[in-house]
Amino acid sequence: MIKNPVRKEQFVKWVLVAFALSSLLFLFLIFMFILFEGLPLFHKVGLKNIIMGSKWAPTKGFFGIYPMIVSSFFVTFGALFIGAPMGLSCAIYLSEYSGKRMKMFLKPALELLAGIPSVVYGFLGVIYIVPLIRNYIGGSGFSLLATSIILGIMILPTIISISFDSLVSVPKTYREGSFAMGATKWQTIYKVVLPAARSGILASFILGMGRAIGETMAVIMIAGNALRIPTSILDPLRTLTGNIALELAYATGDHRLGLFSTGVVLLIIIMILNYIANFGIKRKM
Amino acid sequence: MRINPRFTNKFVQIGLNFQAFFTVSILVIIVAIICFKGLPYVNFEFIFAYPEDMGRLGGIFPSIAGTILLALLSILFATPLGVGTAIFLTEYTKESLFTKIIRFGVESLAGIPSILYGLFGFIFFVIKLRMGWSLLAGVLTITIMILPTIIRTSEEAIKAVPRNLRMVSYSLSATKWETVTKVVLPSAIPGILTGIMLSVGRAVGETAAVIFTMGSSLRLPTSLMDSGRTMAVHFYILAREGISMEKAYGTSLVLVVSILLINVLAYYIMNKAISKYS
Amino acid sequence: MTMNIKIAIKELRVAFAQNEVLKSVSVDVYKNTITGFMGPSGSGKSSLISVINRMIDFEENAGIKGEVHIDGQNILDGDHNAVELRRRIGTVFAVPIPLPRSIYENIAYGPRLRGIRDRIMLHYIVEDSLKKAFLWDEVKDRLSMSALKLSGGQQQRLCLARTLALKPEIILLDEPCSGLDPISTAKIEDALSELKKDITIILVSNNTKQIARITDFSAFFYLGELIEYGTTERLFTTPTMKKTEDYIQGKFG
Repeated sequence: MIKNPVRKEQFVKWVLVAFALSSLLFLFLIFMFILFEGLPLFHKVGLKNIIMGSKWAPTKGFFGIYPMIVSSFFVTFGALFIGAPMGLSCAIYLSEYSGKRMKMFLKPALELLAGIPSVVYGFLGVIYIVPLIRNYIGGSGFSLLATSIILGIMILPTIISISFDSLVSVPKTYREGSFAMGATKWQTIYKVVLPAARSGILASFILGMGRAIGETMAVIMIAGNALRIPTSILDPLRTLTGNIALELAYATGDHRLGLFSTGVVLLIIIMILNYIANFGIKRKM
Repeated sequence: MRINPRFTNKFVQIGLNFQAFFTVSILVIIVAIICFKGLPYVNFEFIFAYPEDMGRLGGIFPSIAGTILLALLSILFATPLGVGTAIFLTEYTKESLFTKIIRFGVESLAGIPSILYGLFGFIFFVIKLRMGWSLLAGVLTITIMILPTIIRTSEEAIKAVPRNLRMVSYSLSATKWETVTKVVLPSAIPGILTGIMLSVGRAVGETAAVIFTMGSSLRLPTSLMDSGRTMAVHFYILAREGISMEKAYGTSLVLVVSILLINVLAYYIMNKAISKYS
Repeated sequence: MTMNIKIAIKELRVAFAQNEVLKSVSVDVYKNTITGFMGPSGSGKSSLISVINRMIDFEENAGIKGEVHIDGQNILDGDHNAVELRRRIGTVFAVPIPLPRSIYENIAYGPRLRGIRDRIMLHYIVEDSLKKAFLWDEVKDRLSMSALKLSGGQQQRLCLARTLALKPEIILLDEPCSGLDPISTAKIEDALSELKKDITIILVSNNTKQIARITDFSAFFYLGELIEYGTTERLFTTPTMKKTEDYIQGKFG
């Protein structure tokens, strides 16, 4: 089939436009369907009753997911509490202290850490972390503490790689200037490099948060399944993601709609977090 | 009383060294546990036999097959879409509102957590389009999920091809498409392949998006509409239902080793590409 | 003596954003001659070349006014097929840019685009082109070697051979010998002198000695304007404009 070459180029261009638009199409579909299924319940039961409601018993008409919203934020901040210091330290080490050989060794190690599936983290958490907490600290072990630890480890690669990128993009001259004034390495990092890389590091934290709040499999394996707001770090909990994952398989009717409403809330939270993070990264540039 | 800054400096340096060491050791410990605990149960039979008694006995062949089918088919769909989008964004337009909107779409897709992909795939493919829990529903869902990664890495790879190579091609009377297919893409293939490998790794380890779209049938999927398991799903069910710790460890070993091999392959391809051009 | 005009440039204006690079240039290039475009950096010579082969189409923000006629046809006409045009016009850039493939495949790239598949034909074209670029003897035993392994001078001759493979009517060379060793430079100059029998050649160069050596006609450009144009012999012995004289004598540039 011989086409007029100019027409062929036009044809190719339009095919590629269609391909590019497909991403928008998919995004649209995803938003549409989750909203489509999730919004009606807000209308039927009331926004307040869902977001602020404390009782989740969907088969009896109670769709309160407030405890899960709180729990999601708790595990996210818990993960950040554990993962951010470790992650930032590693990033600083990688960018300011380590030599080429260490870098070549550490970078693949990080990617591998990032590649380990969520279910494996959850599994190991159940086998090792949960009993550890149960035996040495208290409670059943299925707890906010366990979840924070495992999630903290899981978001390490995200925090490390983005903070690292941010740190290395601080111009060498900044450091040299500081050294020239007699500062030690740590003083330089603390007073010059870190402030300069601040928005990128913050962005990495927010992206880490986004990752943690969206985590599902590891969380449902080690967080327990309590429908109450945890009052101590040893209490079990259920997150928004857990709510969906644990009940979707057998939910019907309004129950299923309730899970979609949970999905809507989760989607909105994640979109806001991503937007903040991307906005932060763009400001840095 | 001020602490001598030289002392702080040394202290911090030691602390950071320790920190890095600690992080790496987490990885080592994880891999070590899985290897030691799983290795005794992984043998030829484990890989090629079918599960019996809900997975308590036998092997994991159907879930290995399911994983391979899901990953390969998803790549088959996502690669043309993703590379095509990347080509469009880099070669066929200049930066405009339109491209900004598309990039926004891609970045947003990238940020959606896998459970929401599972939710979407469930309501859209499984229920509304009546595919039921099936390989097809799983493939379509995973395709959308890995699309942003492929677009991103392909775009980077294509942008890395020097501009003057394109100019040479044009000056030799090539059209834009001819230049793309004969000069740009061949040079960009290593980067694109790396992105594909990374996506495969992600698809292999995915559970939440898969279990609600592909289902969890223990049977070997022989058609697109069959349900099936991936290794990750099988592993999850074994662990959660407490069916068999041994088989769980074995499955996790095969799973993690597969991902490790895929990552190593990706690294190898990337390094080969770097050495080719320097 | 009436000579055929191959390329007629009429009141060409080129601007990038607000920056005028060529200010109403008119010059006639005669068939089967080597015409030199000389002048210091920023004089607009490279932009002029990029209009002739329509490579300027790939620059954003380029504004073009005026006409360029090749064999009587205005190639700046919206309808004119730029791809076909570039088949007739070969271009050699300042830096040699081999494609990351074998020597053979570099040369065969163009002919393949035009649909030539016959292996015997292709091999003939490769050999013929490399001979005309005075490179054949050096590479004939290693045609499947990567072109990236050649020296700079060899790569540039490869680039020349690459354009020859399409049997062009016109060849444009933009400072082709900058950075090359004297032997490679000499070989390229010899090749051009041979090629002008069948091909109209435009040589852009800031090297006045090179222009004096091999061109038949010379045009001196300065800051986007054509200052003087005529036979090389006349321009270099009795230039009419003071600027031309200063440039040739190396007082600036």
